[in-house]
Amino acid sequence: MTPAGGPAGGDRDVVVTGMGAITPAGRGVAATWDGVLAGRATAAPDARLAAAGAPVAISCRAPAFDADAELGRGTTRRLDRFTQLALIATREAVAQAGLVGPDDPDAIVATDPDRVGIVMGSGIGGAETWESEYARLAAEGPSRVSPLFVPRMLSNTAAGVMAIRGRARGPNLTVNTACAAGASAIHMGRDLIAAGAADVVLAGGVEAGITTIAISAFAQMGALSTNPDAGGASRPFDVDRDGFVMGEGAGVVVLESRAHALARGAAPLFVVAGCGASADAHHATAPPEDGAGAALAMRRAISDAGLDPADIGHHNAHGTSTPLNDVAEARALHTVFGAAVDGLAVTSTKGVTGHLLGAAGAVEAILAGLALREGRVPPTANLTTRDPDIHLDVVAGAPREVALRAVLSASMGFGGQNAALVLTAA
Amino acid sequence: MSDDLLETFRTILAGEFSVPADEITSDATFEALGLDSLDVVELTLVLEDKVGVKLGDEDLEGVRTVGDAIAKVQERRA
Repeated sequence: MTPAGGPAGGDRDVVVTGMGAITPAGRGVAATWDGVLAGRATAAPDARLAAAGAPVAISCRAPAFDADAELGRGTTRRLDRFTQLALIATREAVAQAGLVGPDDPDAIVATDPDRVGIVMGSGIGGAETWESEYARLAAEGPSRVSPLFVPRMLSNTAAGVMAIRGRARGPNLTVNTACAAGASAIHMGRDLIAAGAADVVLAGGVEAGITTIAISAFAQMGALSTNPDAGGASRPFDVDRDGFVMGEGAGVVVLESRAHALARGAAPLFVVAGCGASADAHHATAPPEDGAGAALAMRRAISDAGLDPADIGHHNAHGTSTPLNDVAEARALHTVFGAAVDGLAVTSTKGVTGHLLGAAGAVEAILAGLALREGRVPPTANLTTRDPDIHLDVVAGAPREVALRAVLSASMGFGGQNAALVLTAA
Repeated sequence: MSDDLLETFRTILAGEFSVPADEITSDATFEALGLDSLDVVELTLVLEDKVGVKLGDEDLEGVRTVGDAIAKVQERRA
């Protein structure tokens, strides 16, 4: 496929050549995929939240790492956890794409760094920094606020530091569509390449928001699971689901045109064939009951890919495990797919990972891409009795082998912002 | 030059700024130790906790090395 009517130098045939992730299911894409395939739920009692008196003390934490040892001395002090997570995922992605040399795991050398763009999604930014510095301000006064507060907290710092380390001087953006941000970032990254504004884009999402204030607020909204059995708390599409479990992590992909990838000898993993975005224009946090906004984003992505719904064999659902989301998403799928919904193997990997908020869309695009490549749809962890109001073929228990030509991943953010991606085989 | 203060700086810089302890001498510049201007302001907050002296913007003018900062702390204590 060559650009049709795009600006000179643009190319809409955009492929993924590298993937990186750090999620509650594991350090790295392979470990995350293994955990998701095995349906190993990661939600667990959270001692830090419990000690702080948080109303819900369950979370899905990413594996521990030593930021100073891995990312350079002083990192812990200078960079909020969300930026650290983004850097870890980025290193894995650029290494797989063959963009870095043996001497420096960050510096991009295999393509013109002036034409490497970065688009990251984050819902909150430096949440831990906000919380700790506000506590310092309240307890000790303004003269005690850290000068590092601003660079640690700004939600665009992850993309900024990725650029500094990679020496990537292309367009550098951070998008916030809340829980759709990771998918929106991949959409925007694809568009930068299609517009000819960059040769390569590192795109993804990151979140490290497991803080007492965020947990307290989500609990006040009634959005979090209060299941006494932590391991079973995140149970998308299940009749007993009662809310989401907050997770943290990052997912980053390397995007470039197929022509650019092949010219430098990189192997396309799959194609970002279609992207769709929409707004509910309905309510600040609740989706419309019929999921109309989500349906619009899905339709746009499928149409953008030049496909029909019947071509899509698998949907990696937003599936947060909240009562409202999962029903609205099911209705959206019925609206978009009609009778073809029966041929759609649906899963929500949030049963394993919890809800990674701004990272979710990027991590789930990676997982959908792996399902496409391997012809295996992972099960939805903890799904024992499907909600009778949800008429979908949700994979449960064990992975399902199924030949896939195209897959869908959709994300819906608070604010009513929706993003959908269609991926096809390379 | 106070050996006690140098030891305090070593503890802070090694413990909270991840600077290798053997690089921390009174002649070492903060720049060489990997601290930028924001880090140095951050360091003054930690110093206030540990030694009870707050170095302000004026104190920091001309402070380049660990020894310079120690001298300023001693000046403020005098």
